[in-house]
Amino acid sequence: MATYRELLAQVKREIDEVGAAEARERVGEAIFVDVREREEWEEGIVPGAVHIPRGNLESRIEGLVPDRSREIVLYCSGGSRSAFAAKALQELGYENVTSLTGGFTDWKRNGFPIETPRSLSPDQRRRYSRHLLIPEVGEAGQERLLGGRVLLIGAGGLGSPASLYLAAAGVGTLGIVDADVVDDSNLQRQIVHSTETIGEAKVLSAKRTIEALNPDVEVKTYEERLTSENVERIFGEGWDVIVDGADNFPTRYLVNDASVWHGIPVVHGSIYRFEGQVTVFNPGEGPCYRCLFPTPPPPELAPSCAEGGVLGVLPGIVGSLQANEALKLVLGIGDSLQGRLLLLDALGTTIDEVAVQRDPACPVCGEHPTITEYVDYVEFCQGVRG
Amino acid sequence: MTKVRIPPTLRNEVGGERELIGEGDTVREVLQDLSGRYPALEAQLFDGGDLAAFVNVYVGGEDVRTLDGLETRLNGSSVILLPAMAGGC
Repeated sequence: MATYRELLAQVKREIDEVGAAEARERVGEAIFVDVREREEWEEGIVPGAVHIPRGNLESRIEGLVPDRSREIVLYCSGGSRSAFAAKALQELGYENVTSLTGGFTDWKRNGFPIETPRSLSPDQRRRYSRHLLIPEVGEAGQERLLGGRVLLIGAGGLGSPASLYLAAAGVGTLGIVDADVVDDSNLQRQIVHSTETIGEAKVLSAKRTIEALNPDVEVKTYEERLTSENVERIFGEGWDVIVDGADNFPTRYLVNDASVWHGIPVVHGSIYRFEGQVTVFNPGEGPCYRCLFPTPPPPELAPSCAEGGVLGVLPGIVGSLQANEALKLVLGIGDSLQGRLLLLDALGTTIDEVAVQRDPACPVCGEHPTITEYVDYVEFCQGVRG
Repeated sequence: MTKVRIPPTLRNEVGGERELIGEGDTVREVLQDLSGRYPALEAQLFDGGDLAAFVNVYVGGEDVRTLDGLETRLNGSSVILLPAMAGGC
């Protein structure tokens, strides 16, 4: 039977090791995996390293590094745990694995750069544990969400589920723009409000619900209707994503123009009776709202839910799809709905998709824009067909 | 024979139907066939001889404005009519 010392020596003969100076040359090329325990990781790491404690290495490595030919540098404190880790990865078929001799201790002694990872509190690790388990999110993704800023236009049917799911996911700052007060006819679908908040400003009712759901979230309220006069102030506060759940065309076109000029992606959703539309407008990358709908419809073709009604659960579905797109945009993962318009029919339970292309002649985001400042959006939306 | 999906905002014009079958080889022919049967629809779809600017028409998932407009040939694809919807309510 081998002693620990003999086993370590044997493992070290079977793996490749790299010294601190040589490893430093690999920063930015190889993926550095820190296999120490959480308390050690929190005190400082090799810049850009990912953290998989030794005990979880085999179960988590495939999620983080699916490519078995990828160069991996493993490190621990002194080079022993990482040696065993390297042996384990070899057995899993990883072809280009080295262990840092002398570990992080030697790295620091050489005066090489280190960084202190931002880390979640124990409460946050419990709250977001189901995110932390997903390789595409993980701790780094959760940090991004907590640092994320999403502006919701409207705290109504779409804004209700969108704001709740974004808050639950831990998006750190949510802005909400809405001038209305909660009405009892809202409660059939606007689940961020409640019977108790009837008569209260929607932004304050929503803020209360969201903060009760997740104290990590700061809610910035704008109890006003978005207009050409206030849009610069509100959009200028710096948002990663806008979730558009407005209930009228003038606001839709205003949100579009302002987002193009501010370079902020918009997750668009709209609903009527049983049908919904969802897409993403990403300025400079894909089409804008005016590329999709250059001209607003006449009023008789554009009834609101207040006139035509809406199935209560429909905004729940569409607003949740919007939250999904917004989360992916903040995380920088997946494929967004940019260039694709999703058409949802809740009555037939079908989802169709049509292509949306950028219009080179678009008056706002095209090659030669003709609209370069805010217009009278109410007049613009009434101007059709005299 | 082409399936044409009718959006909720145009269903009053076609007796509440969600989907209609039109005859013709091009978008124009099919929409004219429907307009002959539902004159109220024609007033919403056409502006002079052209498609009204606020109505999007998709054939095989592509906007006909990026294909051959009203002259786009159908070749068995279905048609989706789609005006913008404002509601977030």
